[in-house]
Amino acid sequence: MFYREAGDFKTNYADDSQTFPIAFDRKAYYAAMFVAFCVIPLVINSYWEKSVLVPFLVWSIAALGLNILTGYCGQVSLGTGGFMAVGAFAAYKLMTAFPELNIFFVVFLSGGITALVGIAFGLPSLRIKGFYLAVATLAAQFFLVWLFNKVPWFYNYSASGQITAPERTVFGVIVTGPNAPSWATYLFCLTILFLLAWGARNLTRGRIGRSWMAIRDMDIAAEIIGVDPLKAKLSAFGVSSFYIGVAGALFFASYLGAAEVTEAFGINQSFLVLFMIIIGGLGSIFGSFAGAAFMVLMPVALKNLLVGGLGWPTDIAAHLELTIVGALIIFFLIVEPHGLAQLWRLTKEKLRLWPFPY
Amino acid sequence: MTHTVAEAASDDLEYAVKEIQHGIPPRVIGEPVMEMKHITLRFGGVTAIKDISFDIREGEIRAIIGPNGAGKSSMLNVINGFYHPQEGEIWFRGKKRGPMKPHEIARQGIARTFQNIALFKGMTTLDNIMTGRMTLMKTGMLSQLWWWGRAQAEEIEHREKVERIIDFLEIQHIRKTPVGRLPYGLQKRVELGRALAAEPKLLLLDEPMAGMNVEEKEDMCRFILDVNDEFGTTIALIEHDMGVVMDIADRVVVLDYGKKIGDGTPDEIRNNQEVIDAYLGVSHD
Amino acid sequence: MSPVFLNTLEVILNGLMAGVMYSLVALGFVLIYKASGIFNYAQGVMALFAALTLVGLQTGQVPFSHLINAIFGTEVHHFGWELPALVAIVLTLGVMVIFAILVERLVLRHLVGQEPIILFMATIGLAYFMEGFGDLMWGSDIKKLDVGLPSGGSFWLEDVTRGWAAEGADYYGMYIDLLDVWAAIVATILVVSLTLFSQYTKTGRALRAVADDHQAALSVGIDLRTIWVITWAIAGFVALVAGVMWGAKSGVQFSLSLIALKALPVLMLGGFTSIPGAIVGGLIIGVGEKLFEYAIGPMLGGATENWFAYVLALLFLVFRPQGLFGEKIIERV
Repeated sequence: MFYREAGDFKTNYADDSQTFPIAFDRKAYYAAMFVAFCVIPLVINSYWEKSVLVPFLVWSIAALGLNILTGYCGQVSLGTGGFMAVGAFAAYKLMTAFPELNIFFVVFLSGGITALVGIAFGLPSLRIKGFYLAVATLAAQFFLVWLFNKVPWFYNYSASGQITAPERTVFGVIVTGPNAPSWATYLFCLTILFLLAWGARNLTRGRIGRSWMAIRDMDIAAEIIGVDPLKAKLSAFGVSSFYIGVAGALFFASYLGAAEVTEAFGINQSFLVLFMIIIGGLGSIFGSFAGAAFMVLMPVALKNLLVGGLGWPTDIAAHLELTIVGALIIFFLIVEPHGLAQLWRLTKEKLRLWPFPY
Repeated sequence: MTHTVAEAASDDLEYAVKEIQHGIPPRVIGEPVMEMKHITLRFGGVTAIKDISFDIREGEIRAIIGPNGAGKSSMLNVINGFYHPQEGEIWFRGKKRGPMKPHEIARQGIARTFQNIALFKGMTTLDNIMTGRMTLMKTGMLSQLWWWGRAQAEEIEHREKVERIIDFLEIQHIRKTPVGRLPYGLQKRVELGRALAAEPKLLLLDEPMAGMNVEEKEDMCRFILDVNDEFGTTIALIEHDMGVVMDIADRVVVLDYGKKIGDGTPDEIRNNQEVIDAYLGVSHD
Repeated sequence: MSPVFLNTLEVILNGLMAGVMYSLVALGFVLIYKASGIFNYAQGVMALFAALTLVGLQTGQVPFSHLINAIFGTEVHHFGWELPALVAIVLTLGVMVIFAILVERLVLRHLVGQEPIILFMATIGLAYFMEGFGDLMWGSDIKKLDVGLPSGGSFWLEDVTRGWAAEGADYYGMYIDLLDVWAAIVATILVVSLTLFSQYTKTGRALRAVADDHQAALSVGIDLRTIWVITWAIAGFVALVAGVMWGAKSGVQFSLSLIALKALPVLMLGGFTSIPGAIVGGLIIGVGEKLFEYAIGPMLGGATENWFAYVLALLFLVFRPQGLFGEKIIERV
């Protein structure tokens, strides 16, 4: 009854294609933005920052990136971990080589470098399709991780092979490394996520987004009606890798503070992000957030319940967590293959009619 | 005599079709826009098209007919560059065509529909038709990213054109429905809309009426004739329904086993002995 | 013969042995892909699970002992008996059949007609589930697997090959692990019998019919569900063999499930639907990666086996997208 579109008429095409066509949604969105930017920074503590909020923000960026490639352009990639590693190591090299460079530039440049790498590894997509391509992207995953492991130049010849984030500031406040205050790291990641999500929405609703979706839905027909598959696929790889690279840079610089490539950017991360977009919803911006939230929150909740609540040893809890994650993924795929985003849409459809179902 | 409402409506429709077909002012058939010269297409050892030549003139409706496996669809695929013939020349708008990719050919102004509907199932009707205008949109990645300004202006400009096509095809009510959910007949119509959106110089229709009931066929005929008449679009179509072909086509080319066995006006084709044999099934020695 | 030549020969032989193992894992993938169009990522974890179960049964472990202890504060871990290897293998096989039935009942049945990517994701979910479940059931410590196969180098071979080298050359003979030889023999037997099974038995024919066209197979009265259970059970059997061989070599531990990742480039080379492709692809990759590591690896800092197979398969596919044995694809609209 409060959630409705009646009486909210659109008189021009710009209004008709806006992001939140329903007035209630717009208000909810502004409210959420207000809470995220103005309320949470005041109340955040280190536990929430490290185990929930910052991981959620960073994984949301990665999920947005993979969703652009897989959800919108239909090219399945299992190389997400490797591309995140590119972003992280690019950020590390840039930070150590150019200490004066503003951290925003560092993060976006890292994304740009990852985009170039992503385009290079996307080239085979012009010849290889489907599962063959998915497996081919594993080549990127394994090769990149091996590269960052074996070539000491990438980790500045440190003895442990680890990379450690130097401290960088925004307006005099530290936002990277272990000494950054919780609210600063949070706001830093949130700002970047906000910009990128906004960009993703814009890209996917216009000409480029349609060329991606056309390739996804029927690549041959798309080519025949005038979509250049080369441009569409490579731009999807590029944009997607940009996002994933930024996520990798933030994951390393703001979240972990120090990283070892095989541990931080292994193939499990590739699967994690893939789960996020499948559970959240392929081809949906909202789904990327929902999936990231789900995959970040669920282990935390399980751990709190099993270890904190029932007092089990952590290793058994970890095994059970794995079992439950696996079962939940299957359950989700069976119940709602289109993910949380579809569930959300259906709920809204119902809400529109509530409380008068006819 | 008692007429039911439906019959009366159908009479009206037939009259309308006739009026459009023979209407005033008469349509202008111009010079050939597309000439196929001695096209031969082989897949491995199989010859799908053998030494076929024909032309399509500006403003006409050209039909390609023939039994199953005659090479009709292959011919369409050659015209829009999806298949590359081993021999022969293709001339489009006075220029010989070099080796080109399908999307470049689309950019030259050739649009098409497909035999088994090839819509983008995850997208709405509106987005499908907007995708048809892909070749006409220009804004780059950065303006798209920023959206406000150039990208939005371009989007709105093209949206207006697309809305005209939506009105023309009478599919306003399904504008925002994902096409995967639409019934077959409507999907065919959306696909026509997507092809029209490209403002093609030459429109290829691959069995636009396959699998439709009589009413849907009548609608589709009307749309095809309207397109040809109002926009002056040159159309080449493949169709199995002989009645339809003979009614709406200006000229017909008949293929059989990859060879051309007839070419001319519907009346000439009707009286062509070789064509009659092919359709009635005289044994091939 | 010069030592360099003999060393290369040894590398090639070892590559072939490793290749046979890759083929074995790839075969499990191909069987399921052909019968149900599912790209079963869980194949590697199935091998791990089978090996864990085998060790657990053999040594008389109490299933879920850690979990039971954690909940009830008890101290159970072993029943106190040991089973002969053969009995344990048969029992494990039974477990894999039950597993196949459960997968069909609980997962596949509900996902009929979904897109391949969804099915693929479901098998990744399955892999996670089994990995956690296997650890819960049998514990996550590294276990020794011994089914009585000989292992270690062959002195006879070392002696013979040492004689081949020139007099006084710095060469000590070839080292080939007997376990690898046995693994190769078992794998070969398995491959041949599976091929015979699918070519000459009624069930095999039904399997191939389903692989060709689900709808058509249904229409001639083949029961899809039974076929799926059979294929998953066979894949479970193949996983068991792979698990035993790899487990005997390097212990039963989590890394065993990663052999799945080794099989993927094999599939790219040989095609997802070709049994000969899986075999030849496995051999090519086995030999290729060992030779590359031997010849060029030291210059690149070693451990090139992690990625070489993928890059090789990738390059190969870029130039020949239809794979080793596939026919040229004619795209239609």
